[in-house]
Amino acid sequence: MGDVVCYLPAKAGWDRSAQGVLGAGRRLADSLGAKLRAVVLGPTDEALVQGAAAVSDSVAVADHPLLAEYHPETFLAALVAICKPLAPRAVLLGNDTYGQELAARLAHRLGGSAAGDAVGIAVAGDKLHVTRGVYGGKATAVIALVRSPGVVWLRARAMDPADPAGRAPGEVQKVTVDLAADPRVKVVSRHVEAKEGVKLEEARVIVSGGRGLGGPEPFKQLQELATTMGAQMAASRAACDAGWVPASWQVGQTGKKVAPELYLAIAISGASQHIMGIADSKVITAINRDPDAPIFKHCSFGLVEDYQKVIGPLREKLAKNG
Amino acid sequence: MNIIVCIKQILDPEIPARDFRVDSAKREAERGSANLVTNIFCENALETALQFREAHGGKITVVSVGPEGAEDVLRKALALTANEAVLVINDAPGLADPLFVARTLAAAIRKIGAFDAVLLGREAGDWGAGQTGGLLAEELGLPCISFAESLAPAAPGAVQVKRQTDSGWELLESTMPLVVTITNHEKNVPRIPKTRDVMQSYRKPLTKWTLADVGIDPASTAAYYEVAELSIPRKETQCEFIAGDTLEAKIDAFASRLTEVMRAL
Repeated sequence: MGDVVCYLPAKAGWDRSAQGVLGAGRRLADSLGAKLRAVVLGPTDEALVQGAAAVSDSVAVADHPLLAEYHPETFLAALVAICKPLAPRAVLLGNDTYGQELAARLAHRLGGSAAGDAVGIAVAGDKLHVTRGVYGGKATAVIALVRSPGVVWLRARAMDPADPAGRAPGEVQKVTVDLAADPRVKVVSRHVEAKEGVKLEEARVIVSGGRGLGGPEPFKQLQELATTMGAQMAASRAACDAGWVPASWQVGQTGKKVAPELYLAIAISGASQHIMGIADSKVITAINRDPDAPIFKHCSFGLVEDYQKVIGPLREKLAKNG
Repeated sequence: MNIIVCIKQILDPEIPARDFRVDSAKREAERGSANLVTNIFCENALETALQFREAHGGKITVVSVGPEGAEDVLRKALALTANEAVLVINDAPGLADPLFVARTLAAAIRKIGAFDAVLLGREAGDWGAGQTGGLLAEELGLPCISFAESLAPAAPGAVQVKRQTDSGWELLESTMPLVVTITNHEKNVPRIPKTRDVMQSYRKPLTKWTLADVGIDPASTAAYYEVAELSIPRKETQCEFIAGDTLEAKIDAFASRLTEVMRAL
């Protein structure tokens, strides 16, 4: 009763998101004087289970043929079945597509309140307080969750992992969930938009292009620059909406929330909605011909130039620098 | 197919940050000189519905929960050729509690009657909670597919939904009725209404209901969440603009700074 549950999707493995969710969960459980219970759905690997056990009081692994691949209704039903008897105080999830779509419905079924895109979570009296950006990142709100449990999806990659030192590993339990195939929804097909290298959310260097590029062609040039830099490619919403690059490249309030060591924004003006997706980056820099572009307000350093004159020579120079 | 599209009127999210103010005591954004507009994802949802109707026929009813003034966004939807509109008037100021809105929408949708799909924007550009769709599905006891970009007919009584994921996209098929939240995509960029349709929108049916009309008592609905604080973050980095006498010198200096950061990785 009153514990903190962290949901970890098995498929993603022991990634930065899982570590961040558990880090936030560990700190919340400690401040509540409660236990941290990790819940893994689906066929899992040892790294995830061991990583989770090292910082949790228990790890429940629910494997079931219906949990082999994500299904919105089935995963929701499984989480409800596992969480309900625990009567947790909080359930934490990561900010992947699936975590986001599960949170509100899970809260509803558990009689709780949900909040998302949390950059902070804390105990305030008998309520959980969630800090998040609102109004497209122009304001910050602290939301008090009235009902229990608080179901919160987090900016997981920006959360510090927990330190396993001096802690006995939590017990790993296999749990059985009674699941029936959902008669209404079926997953017809899944498509991965081929992109080499690490996931955008895990990338350490990102090169991103925006509306100012004017079309799909310049993205090829950016790709060459990104390859030289060992960077992943991203784009602003304007570039994705225009169809220049796939929607899965979108970074921002409604795209991916990235947290690289270096984010290079090229021909991106930097609307607050875009900043919401990149605010956790260590170093933000930009190339933009408009010195008043809002992006520069978030940059450590920047270059005021037309990108067309810069990209080619910059790539050569960087290749030389090695 | 009968499609219900839920739409929300919000403060124009495009207002520049320098013009945006909040009333920290009331924990609300100040209207200032900003316009009230239709939330962009609601427009994407309506556009998705319009394209489906053009290709496969059907009827579109738009529903909104909001103050009297929200009639404007419904008229605009009618001008975009939605067939009917319903406004459930809720004058309560401040934060619209997502569960309260979902319950009110569910009550209105039940009163409207037969429907096959309910489309909503994935989230709103003001509070951005992104919960109304999921909560509405729970209130109606229906399946929910999120972050969709298009709908297509499937087997009789079913619909195929293409939705975006972190790594690409998925095709899901669901029986109807269902709830779908819509995200932006190059194919559902909202159209501009024709002048003739704008004129005609004022002759189209727009029903107004009070909360009592749909059987909702605000006093008896326990709160879901509250805003404890609202503020504008003061976080601006001082940007060092790379200087140089020539373009080449500037590029060299910029490249050196990038290399410096990357070497530290």
